[in-house]
Amino acid sequence: MSTSSSLFQKDLLIEALKQSFIKLDPRLMFRNPVMFTVEIGTAVMLCVCIWVLFGEQSQGSFIYNTAIFLILFFTLLFANFAEALAEARGKSQAESLRKTREETPAKKIFSVGKSHNHQMEIIPSSQLRKGDMFYCEAGDIIPADGEIIEGLATIDESAITGESAPVIREAGGDKSSVTGGTKVLSDTIMVKVTTEQGESFLDTMIALVEGASRQKTPNEIALTILLAGFTLVFLIVTVTLQPFADFAHAPVTIGALISLFVCLIPTTIGGLLSAIGIAGMDRALRANVITKSGRAVETAGDIDVLLLDKTGTITIGNRKATHFYPAGGIDNAHFIHSVVLSSLADETPEGKSIIELAKVNPRDYRINNARFIKFTAETRSSGIDIDNRRIRKGAVDAIKLLCEKAGNPFPTETANTVNQISNNGGTPLVVSENEKILGVIELQDIIKPGIGERFQRLRKMGIKTVMVTGDNPLTAKFIAEKAGVDDFIAEAKPEDKMNYIKKEQANGRLVAMMGDGTNDAPALAQADVGVAMNSGTQAAKEAGNMVDLDNDPTKLIEIVEIGKQLLMTRGTLTTFSIANDVAKYFAIIPALFIVAVPSLQGLNIMKLHSPESAILSAIIFNAVIIPFLIPLALKGVAYKPIGAEALLRRNLLIYGLGGIIIPFIGIKIIDLFVSQCI
Amino acid sequence: MVPELLGIVCVFFLSVICSIPLGKYISKVFLYEYTRLDIVFNRLDRWIITLSGIDATRQMTWKDHVKSLLYINGVWFFLSMAVLMNMSHLPLNPDGNPSMSFDLAFNTSVSFITNTNLQHYSGETGLSYLGQLILMLWQFLSAASGITVCAVVFMAMKETKSEAFGNFYSIFIRSCTRILFPLAIVTAILFLFNGMPMTFEGKDSITTLQGEQQYISRGPVAAFTAIKHLGTNGGGFYGVNSAHPLENPNYFTAIIQMIAQTIIPMGLVFALGYMLKNKKFSRMIFGVMTVGFIILVTPTIISEMQGNPNITAMGIQQTMGNMEGKEIRFGSGLSGYWSIITTVISTGSVNAMHDSFMPLSTMNQLLAMMVNGFYGGCGVGFLNFYIFIILAVFISGLMVGRTPEFLGKKVEAKEIKIAMLIALLHPFLILKGTALATALPDYTTASLSNPGFHGFSQILYEFTSSSANNGSGLEGLGDNTPFWNIACGIVMVLARYLPIIGPIAIAGILANKKYIPESNGTLKTDTPTFGLMIFAVIIIITTLSFFPALTLGPVAEYFSLIK
Repeated sequence: MSTSSSLFQKDLLIEALKQSFIKLDPRLMFRNPVMFTVEIGTAVMLCVCIWVLFGEQSQGSFIYNTAIFLILFFTLLFANFAEALAEARGKSQAESLRKTREETPAKKIFSVGKSHNHQMEIIPSSQLRKGDMFYCEAGDIIPADGEIIEGLATIDESAITGESAPVIREAGGDKSSVTGGTKVLSDTIMVKVTTEQGESFLDTMIALVEGASRQKTPNEIALTILLAGFTLVFLIVTVTLQPFADFAHAPVTIGALISLFVCLIPTTIGGLLSAIGIAGMDRALRANVITKSGRAVETAGDIDVLLLDKTGTITIGNRKATHFYPAGGIDNAHFIHSVVLSSLADETPEGKSIIELAKVNPRDYRINNARFIKFTAETRSSGIDIDNRRIRKGAVDAIKLLCEKAGNPFPTETANTVNQISNNGGTPLVVSENEKILGVIELQDIIKPGIGERFQRLRKMGIKTVMVTGDNPLTAKFIAEKAGVDDFIAEAKPEDKMNYIKKEQANGRLVAMMGDGTNDAPALAQADVGVAMNSGTQAAKEAGNMVDLDNDPTKLIEIVEIGKQLLMTRGTLTTFSIANDVAKYFAIIPALFIVAVPSLQGLNIMKLHSPESAILSAIIFNAVIIPFLIPLALKGVAYKPIGAEALLRRNLLIYGLGGIIIPFIGIKIIDLFVSQCI
Repeated sequence: MVPELLGIVCVFFLSVICSIPLGKYISKVFLYEYTRLDIVFNRLDRWIITLSGIDATRQMTWKDHVKSLLYINGVWFFLSMAVLMNMSHLPLNPDGNPSMSFDLAFNTSVSFITNTNLQHYSGETGLSYLGQLILMLWQFLSAASGITVCAVVFMAMKETKSEAFGNFYSIFIRSCTRILFPLAIVTAILFLFNGMPMTFEGKDSITTLQGEQQYISRGPVAAFTAIKHLGTNGGGFYGVNSAHPLENPNYFTAIIQMIAQTIIPMGLVFALGYMLKNKKFSRMIFGVMTVGFIILVTPTIISEMQGNPNITAMGIQQTMGNMEGKEIRFGSGLSGYWSIITTVISTGSVNAMHDSFMPLSTMNQLLAMMVNGFYGGCGVGFLNFYIFIILAVFISGLMVGRTPEFLGKKVEAKEIKIAMLIALLHPFLILKGTALATALPDYTTASLSNPGFHGFSQILYEFTSSSANNGSGLEGLGDNTPFWNIACGIVMVLARYLPIIGPIAIAGILANKKYIPESNGTLKTDTPTFGLMIFAVIIIITTLSFFPALTLGPVAEYFSLIK
């Protein structure tokens, strides 16, 4: 994992330089109308230089024309360089991820004969095809992305996530996905390959960055139209200037006209536009998020509603038992004893926390002839059958139903306790023995520190946060209020998420969500931005438009900011680019006519040395501003959640007013140097 | 000096005061809400609808609206050509004025139907009373066309999601009968009391003190002058327009004329606020327009009241300011104000010779027409402004990191394409027209009264005025030649209809998009900050497009003057 954040690494620079020349190819240039016109202008200047070399007198000196040609040529190179550098950075980032999955031996499994006896053969990972099965044991590097079909293993995913703690992956369920390049630490698993070589998400992303399959996003298209429009306006301005000048008996040279044109068209944003887009995807990748399209990043900036799972996002992991409430007439020690018994086989964190709270050693318990009842979605309870005792613990209504079925009442005292726990944001877990209520265990959620501020920040961005939880509405409401989310979906079933998304979308809002399970897949596909966790099922990963390698549920917040930054960088640089024109006009227009109309000296407010130096200074400024702004284009304009209006005011001040003032200073300084040289 | 300036300030405030209640009334007309005048007009409207046999209830899509507009405008054009080219054979011609040539009739018809009122003829000798009347009809109908398309865009802006909104013909009839007609009657009566002629008799003759016979042209001047201003038309009954003593007899009529041309464009902005139930939005628009207007009008009044520095240098007192080409009864300050109000609003009527204004004033008049959206013409002014709003929404939306939205609708590539094309059109027509004229000196130089920078300004002004559908001119340009008639005619047609179709199309497309409720992240469009953004977009697009042309015209003239 490359962690270097330096923008200009040497090897990247060399690659970008090479690409800057390759990208001069007009067929590639054509995609960018602004820079394409600059290329035409450069070609014309080359012809003018040759023409002057062969003795033409009316167009100024050969050196002056060559200087214009060279500066325009560099303008092109700078623009290409910006794009190439963004590409190179994105590619190197993706490559470093891809390196982890270089050739590794794969233990491919063949089914032999009718009895499907498994046979194993070691082949290079590159020969694995989609649908193939392989076998991994402790110490093996997983050769390809796939889904576990048999077994359970602890896996070190640090190669991808940078997280050193090993994770458990097992067949069936929502944590069945393994990624090529990660290492099996213990146990053995059988894996089915889910992606064809070269078609993994990483490969998709590398192709996106490389440009071959990079498509312009809708917003990029709209902006390109705007920029093309400005280019056309200035084309009209420059073309018509020739007859105007003739009418005023102020002949202008081709070099001056082309310089004026190139200065006026928005080359700054035109040159940086594609770099900004690539950098957006690259920033997502640096946050360990693989985006399947540039469009997804852009949409993220527009998100209005964010669906967040409670567990892991808002609260730390799982609930913990905090209190035992034995029912009336039940001995406290008996209650605790029963509770511990029922939790002995309960591997869930809640179960473990119950034993922790009881402060007993589970080994002291004799559990011969015991039958453990696993938790199922239908019974919504678990427990143990031991010595004619049927101890059950589970959700309130599940146990209530169980007892009432057997003819035993649900004591009001217990009902009160349940309500009280729920009101305090806890989750009541009711325990029964032989269908009689024993008491209630209180489970409490622990809200992540700092999450409240993040929601505050989101609210300022205008994003509504929605907590999704399986808890009952009372508990959900309590946690929602405590964490500061705007809305919640309680007792959520997968289709509830889907319906909520559809409802919000029907109101014209854009919704983002994160999910991992197969049952999340429809909702992930429905959401405008669906982020699947890398640990999630293949179905979830296929359905979403981003994959988070870190499996970090708070990542959505970062993704939204990356999207906003992307749009803002485009907007501010467009404003800056166009605002620059004011100063360039004051440099070039007097220079064009001052010889024929000396009184126009009054317009030369920068007091530039001579017409030639004024024109050269303007186009030099126009060229060098591109590399100066590359870091900004690649890093993105900082997003501050201070409200849309304040943000506009701030950016107008910095990039609008700044865009007017900076070139006056820049051109004047360049003119001081240029006038020394000529 | 102080009373002169006070008068000007009063005129402006009176305009605003009149236009607010008018805006409320206009909104009721567009929303089909009850007004006390309904008793009369409901019957009149029904009668017109039955007589013309149109379906005035069908809800129309934006394309239907455009088709209806082009259809009725096309019919008027042929009718107009027929009348203007055959005036000498037709009735109501007591002075025996001749018919127009084809190219002059083309230019005149286009000019009046497009609300431009560029006049390459002189009314006293170039038109019969029938000719004047038919042009007066176009003054009503072209203004009503503009108001109607504006109303259509307003209605589209109100929609949460619908393909069809309003009926073109119905709104058109309501604009004529309920807005223009009553206002015109009141204004014309005010003019009558101030001595404007209103007759169908031929020339009058008087014997002067020297004993010579002098003929005075007259006609239905009061009626003509009323709608000329209310409908932001500007075409004069007489050749010298509102500088003529019978078309603008005194200071009072001058004030009425200046107010009359502003109230509908201003009123429409307020009407939008009432219609959208968002007065803040219309105050923001009005604020941006007013700031633009003040920036243009202040230096103009100052430079006119100061007069020519070279004359002062010769030791000649200019206490009245630059009075060349101005009427004593109006003075230099008021004429300066008039020259800007008539150019920001696409009226184009004049009470002084624009050719004789100071260079800075000429530049401001040109800039006013180049923007063409500070108040602007009847209805179309807002449409031009709408394009700027869309562009500002797009750029500022990006600057706050959100796909741009306007009134709850996403602004995307298609809308930007249309908005940019329309924003491009104005510089294209003006600069290409001027370039053509300068590149063809054989056709044009003979018609220029001045060589050099001022001659260039004359050409630039003529095309700017045509493209802004304004109609004023730096007269001194001998413009009744086939070149000017046809070139300006084509510019007027393109500059009228495309900038109408563009905003209707955008509004129609947006109306049919899903409505997105506002959130904290949405950029509000009714704030001063957004107003500043629109203003910046307007300034950037106009100055960047026209700076070189202005440099070779009024700016060069200015610097030559002060050196």
